[in-house]
Amino acid sequence: MQWGSPLVAVAVTFLLGAAAFAAMGEPPLAALHALFVAPLNDLNGVAELLLKASPLCLIALGLAVGFRSNIWNIGAEGQMYIGAVFATGLAIHFQDRWGGWMLPAMVLAGIAGGLAWAAIVAALRAHLHASEILVSLMLTYVAALIVKYLVFGPWQDPAANNFPFTVSFDENALFSPLMNYLAALEGTRLNTSLLLTLAAIPLTWVFMKFSFTAFRLRVAGDAPAAARYAGHSEKRAIWIALLVGGAAAGLAGVTEIAGPIGNLNDRWTPGYGFTAIIVAALGRLHPAGIAAASLLMALLYIGGETAQVALQLPRAIAYVFQGLLLMALLACEVLVHFRLQWTASTRSSQAA
Amino acid sequence: MQTATPPLLRLAGIVKRYPAVTALDGVRLEVAAGEIHAVLGENGAGKSTLMKTIYGVVQPDAGAIEWRGAPVAIPDPVAARGLGIAMVFQHFALFESLTVAENIALALPGRFGLTELGERIAEISARYGLPVNPWRSVHELSVGERQRAEIVRCLLQSPRLLIMDEPTSVLTPQAVEQLFDTLRALAREGTAILYVSHKLDEIRRLCDRATILRGGHNAGEVDPRAESEAALAERMIGRAFPETQKRAHARGASALRVSELNLAPDGPFGVALHSINLDVQRGEVLGIAGISGNGQAEFLAALSGERRVSPREISLAGTAVGHLDAGERRGLGLAYVPEERLGRGAVPGMTLAENALLTASRNGMVRAGLVDWPAAEAYAGRCIREFDVRAAGPHAEARSLSGGNLQKFIVGREMMQRPGVMVLAQPTWGVDVAATALIRQRILDLAAAGVAVLVVSEDLGEILEICDRVAVMAGGRLSPVREVAETHAAEIGAWMAGGFLQ
Amino acid sequence: MDRFDPLIASGIAAAIPLVFAALGELVAERAGVLNLGVEGMMLIGALAAFATVAVGGGVTLALGAAMLAGIAAASAFAILTLTLQASQVAAGLALTILGTGVSAFLGRGYVGFRAPATFEDLPVPFLSGLPVIGPLFSLNLLGYAAVAMLALTAWFLFHTRAGLALRAVGESPAVAHALGLRVTRIRYAATLFGGAMAGVAGCYYAVAQFKMWQEGLTAGNGWIALALVVFATWRPWRTALGALLFGGVTGFGLYLQAAGVHVSPFVLGSLPYLATIVALVAVSASPQLLRRHAPAALGKPYFEGD
Repeated sequence: MQWGSPLVAVAVTFLLGAAAFAAMGEPPLAALHALFVAPLNDLNGVAELLLKASPLCLIALGLAVGFRSNIWNIGAEGQMYIGAVFATGLAIHFQDRWGGWMLPAMVLAGIAGGLAWAAIVAALRAHLHASEILVSLMLTYVAALIVKYLVFGPWQDPAANNFPFTVSFDENALFSPLMNYLAALEGTRLNTSLLLTLAAIPLTWVFMKFSFTAFRLRVAGDAPAAARYAGHSEKRAIWIALLVGGAAAGLAGVTEIAGPIGNLNDRWTPGYGFTAIIVAALGRLHPAGIAAASLLMALLYIGGETAQVALQLPRAIAYVFQGLLLMALLACEVLVHFRLQWTASTRSSQAA
Repeated sequence: MQTATPPLLRLAGIVKRYPAVTALDGVRLEVAAGEIHAVLGENGAGKSTLMKTIYGVVQPDAGAIEWRGAPVAIPDPVAARGLGIAMVFQHFALFESLTVAENIALALPGRFGLTELGERIAEISARYGLPVNPWRSVHELSVGERQRAEIVRCLLQSPRLLIMDEPTSVLTPQAVEQLFDTLRALAREGTAILYVSHKLDEIRRLCDRATILRGGHNAGEVDPRAESEAALAERMIGRAFPETQKRAHARGASALRVSELNLAPDGPFGVALHSINLDVQRGEVLGIAGISGNGQAEFLAALSGERRVSPREISLAGTAVGHLDAGERRGLGLAYVPEERLGRGAVPGMTLAENALLTASRNGMVRAGLVDWPAAEAYAGRCIREFDVRAAGPHAEARSLSGGNLQKFIVGREMMQRPGVMVLAQPTWGVDVAATALIRQRILDLAAAGVAVLVVSEDLGEILEICDRVAVMAGGRLSPVREVAETHAAEIGAWMAGGFLQ
Repeated sequence: MDRFDPLIASGIAAAIPLVFAALGELVAERAGVLNLGVEGMMLIGALAAFATVAVGGGVTLALGAAMLAGIAAASAFAILTLTLQASQVAAGLALTILGTGVSAFLGRGYVGFRAPATFEDLPVPFLSGLPVIGPLFSLNLLGYAAVAMLALTAWFLFHTRAGLALRAVGESPAVAHALGLRVTRIRYAATLFGGAMAGVAGCYYAVAQFKMWQEGLTAGNGWIALALVVFATWRPWRTALGALLFGGVTGFGLYLQAAGVHVSPFVLGSLPYLATIVALVAVSASPQLLRRHAPAALGKPYFEGD
């Protein structure tokens, strides 16, 4: 029954989507097909799907670690931006001098950026009891403004005619395209960062299943009184929960700007940090589920872009599906478990 | 006694079963108007459940209730109030952020007028000697004042029957006298009072009749003034004063020492600890008796490490540990079985193997930050076997176990860590008879093996049965420690009421 | 002195929608319901209001539409959390995401359009001419309504039986239930009220302030409203104080720009968000303060069967 609710939720969402299209006068099946099936018809389509799924998966894996301990990092989007900023800072200043070390340095810088931005949230929550939800969210808005400030200002490409982006990254500051290694992938935009994500999935699984830290995080989320009884440090749990999410988001940021984007600009606001929350929930906070859910959410993104081109609908239609999906998931989950929990709770409360 | 007038309230053959235990098994009770009637019994005897049945919070599985001679059903508290039954709970039903007047207004139907209500409160307050300020917020009030607010709330409903559940466990002796005057005044006016308690001296001072419950059954209906405290205690516990265990082992050096422990309360309902001094020796079982709410929770938190204190206030085998956290103390040989099983002693949704990892991780289950799950499962498996835990295996979820079996698991998990000092809080509360016997025997065995054992329990019979020495905690202070062989229930009962506080 | 008038006026203008949204959320939280979907509800309300004036409706009709839209959005959240007992945090996030998407989607036809009608200023004679406090008496309908709402909410919460019951539910639903109060019913009402107020705030942004439609019109002010409730320690008049402070910070940024000070607009734009963090920390750093004023049962689901 564990996977029942996500599957039912997905079905319900698509049904609602079909109904919405019908209400708008678009033939529902054709619209759904155009948005979600047609784009996957060729290799390039699948590659684009993986390209979007990769950062979603990465961030969701990091967030899932924190969500298990009931720490809600809503600011992964901002942590992603700052990770990108740190990496960009290195790239545009040193890319012509650091040769082969450029990219690894950028990866480390990206992780450091995400860590630093999340550390602010962790410090304020662990030591000053400020809500991590609100602080991380506020910092996301600030991070977006930092990006704007940099690309409109000191980091703007001088040859850009006042457009808000940095110089394009050189080859050594970009993840190499996979088609350089696999001729079959000719023409796609897939790059080596995909390998990072593919490695992260089993690593996260090992961490969650075998690490004592992950166990302590779970206890903190499930039964805080038991965590105190066992002597687990609450502050430590808060720091780890937030830093892991921040690091993952920062890394995802690097894979984007040193990948398909190729520079830092103010149009790059994919919302992966928010969508990753839904990916984590849909995947039941489990690495395999998250991998599957990230593919589904990437499909919704592509659907949104296709909708813009093919049906002249705003890209934000993706958000409609995402929101519906999360609500459907919440409803289904509760309806599935509700009966069992309710009976158990009446029994135990009467025995008290 | 006129036989023509039916009693105000009559309960007959009341049965209430829960999955793990039968709380009430054919209980009867009769209360006349104007009578102050005690309901006496140990913790777990069924007093609370019986009162909840009368107040409509709980529905009986069988039995009859008669009100003024006519059969009635009481489906919820609103119905109870409609009949004229009011109840002052042991843990007050008050909203802390609201004023007394606002709290009372919520319970009273009719026009909403706080000023008018304030006048009525003042009037009742004066008439029955229950000083309480209607305009203060509840969180600012002392415990005695809160109780008076609760009583005033009940009285404003002009009840015919007033149920008081353990009313004096949190009162000073002076406040107790005030309360008794109020109750006598009410009884003179014809209100019947059900007084639930196990404080024998108070009951003998206040009550006309007493119904004694033991293990869900009636164990007597007596006139408390005609019986001695010892006789009442015997009826409550069910046997003559329990025999002391002759122990073959000698007591050794001090393993746990508490020196001048002072601790501020952790919230509005907390109790401050004052100058607690205690020495628990190897090979002994030392019991701390007393009703919950007298500082036990704070004391246990300080012992376990969940609250830190000054280093020297708590020592383990001579090492100062007051500043260490729970994990560090466990590393130095302290084991602890807390009062709450689910949510504190064990994580409900986790398996027994995972719950073994919760506190016993030092026993070879964690290497280089990674969990050795086979080791955890083996530990849990051994615990299940050696402590007769009825569970499907190490993969069973903690919440699937009955209370008794989960308690055996938790006790076993802690004992198997070979502690030097073992602390248990309410070790057999809500636990079935067989598990209770096993746990008590293991406690004795542990002491025989040279471990220093500290048991904090509300169950006086338990303390007298398994402990070598006993002290009482009341009002945040600890009484002198006595050998169990040299004391008796009446003296301890007096101390529980604060009799040792001069 | 009149150099400050535009600052004060813009501060008040920025504060008004925050007051509505924060008051609505305050009432919901006082009943124990944490609704993180304020931003989503505001956007839906904003769109409803804009669409109404765009098709020729009057501003009062737009206001009504916004309130209804907010209530509809809030009821989705209420069903999930109060009837189905889903996590309040997750449901609130879902509502924000859904609200963002739905408003962007349904509003696609209105991007770039100017609102044909708006809320006119209604200056009080003589008082509105006074220095410094003049702008306070030269508000539009929604501005005066905000002040009225502050008074109404404070009166309701602290001087009526219903308000008392609502506060009781937020502190301890179990005890409230034992006393015979209808916990779920009260929480529903409080949540829907929050939705209506968020809708009004959205209406203000769309029809009174920006007077045009774009995606993400509210720019995170829904989240600031949430922080405002904490900052105000759940007391109505304090939300006005907080809102004015935030409005002031935003207004200050605009003022500096107008005065020709060379600070990057992005730095100025980040001031409200940074100020929010500072305010949150100031209030949260003292757990005693929070514990004293925060509704004890905030965010916790209540199982009526217990």
